Amino acid sequence: MSTTLLPKTDEIWTWLAEVPDPEIPVVSVTELGIIRDVRYEGDRLVVAVTPTYSGCPATAVIDLMIEEKLREKGVENLRLERRLSPPWTTDWVTQEAREKLKTFGIAPPVDGTASDGLRSRAARMSGASGPDVACPRCGSMDTERVSQYGSTPCKAAWRCRACLEPFDYFKCI
Amino acid sequence: MSGAQTTDAELKADPFMNDDAIRAAFFEWLCRMGDNALILGHRTSEWCGHGPVLEEDIALANTALDLIGHTQMWLGLAGEVEGKGRDADDLAYLRDAMKFHNLLLVELPKGDMAVTIMREFLFDAYHHLLLKWLAEHSTSPRVAEIAAKALKEVSYHLDRASDIVVRLGDGTEESHRRMQEALELLWPYTGEMFAGDNVDAALSGAGIAPELTGLQGLWDEDVRSILDEATLKTPEPGGYAHLGGKQGRHTEHLGFILAEMQFLQRAYPGASW
Repeated sequence: MSTTLLPKTDEIWTWLAEVPDPEIPVVSVTELGIIRDVRYEGDRLVVAVTPTYSGCPATAVIDLMIEEKLREKGVENLRLERRLSPPWTTDWVTQEAREKLKTFGIAPPVDGTASDGLRSRAARMSGASGPDVACPRCGSMDTERVSQYGSTPCKAAWRCRACLEPFDYFKCI
Repeated sequence: MSGAQTTDAELKADPFMNDDAIRAAFFEWLCRMGDNALILGHRTSEWCGHGPVLEEDIALANTALDLIGHTQMWLGLAGEVEGKGRDADDLAYLRDAMKFHNLLLVELPKGDMAVTIMREFLFDAYHHLLLKWLAEHSTSPRVAEIAAKALKEVSYHLDRASDIVVRLGDGTEESHRRMQEALELLWPYTGEMFAGDNVDAALSGAGIAPELTGLQGLWDEDVRSILDEATLKTPEPGGYAHLGGKQGRHTEHLGFILAEMQFLQRAYPGASW
């Protein structure tokens, strides 16, 4: 097959933008920032995907969904590459995705607040405030963390003291 | 588990991926990293559905998941370094107890919440320091990238475990008593983290891994600061240390974990779903 017949990588990116995250289907894999590269090695299309959390069970499902989407679009010669470096960060979640998360009921990440282990804890103990997380339902800033983990590894459990609703917060990493 | 897919360029970039001089020690060290994560991950997952409160149940399950993720990366790389076609699944499911080279600390039964949290804290404090060094200084790019990935998650583990150690240690009379007992039970198993052997020497000599004695001072300091805040009495340093896990001499507890974890792959080789 001549390379001129292969779909352009720009087009591949638009197809990948149609693949939803299986856990949070309102955002796509491209909006999450986990597609790191789309390129050709000869006639073979290579898509580099980085995992969000290293043990996230959605990773295998995401690979499968990407493969399904590209096969549906006619891509036959395909290789998925797992890329670890640089490690995924919530900084890569796009602005549009953050708005969609909020509408979906998940507070988007507050950049720059990833944990650094004991140093983060020490800062908290000495009175430094944690992330200012707005309630995705009523918008109040009067919120508090219930637990560092939520329904998936990427989230934390929070609650709003104004409207009293519990909610998920997409924590920084 | 699915194996890592790596490009040739990445393989070439790591000087230790095909180096016969270090291959055996490198493979062994990677197995130790993977085995610590796997066995602690398995122990932690035993709380799934049994946590004292829902939030703790979920937090422990998530922590276990992270550790199993680290296992895939470390054992996956171990298989590549070994070069005999074994992947992370083969190493996790088809080795016998004596071939597991995890620290004795991580294989001890989960005990009550005090033992679980104290063990996690003592290990996380070590794990965090180790991963940070590897991410920043390892001469093996493959090791450094796994460490950088795992470090982000382990930062949250340590952050959370420290909070709970303080809350329970400086809590009620009952919670304080249990935390102090857990600390004294586990303390003699912490010495193994810093007891280097010829594998550690080979790895630190190549700049892949740190000198363990250097980590120990930092660990002592970090751990003591949290235990003090938790009003717990830190046992005297330099006491008796249980050793042998890293060389495959285990407590009676490991075999039971493997029996449960490996049963399916042993009874139905290659089973998948």
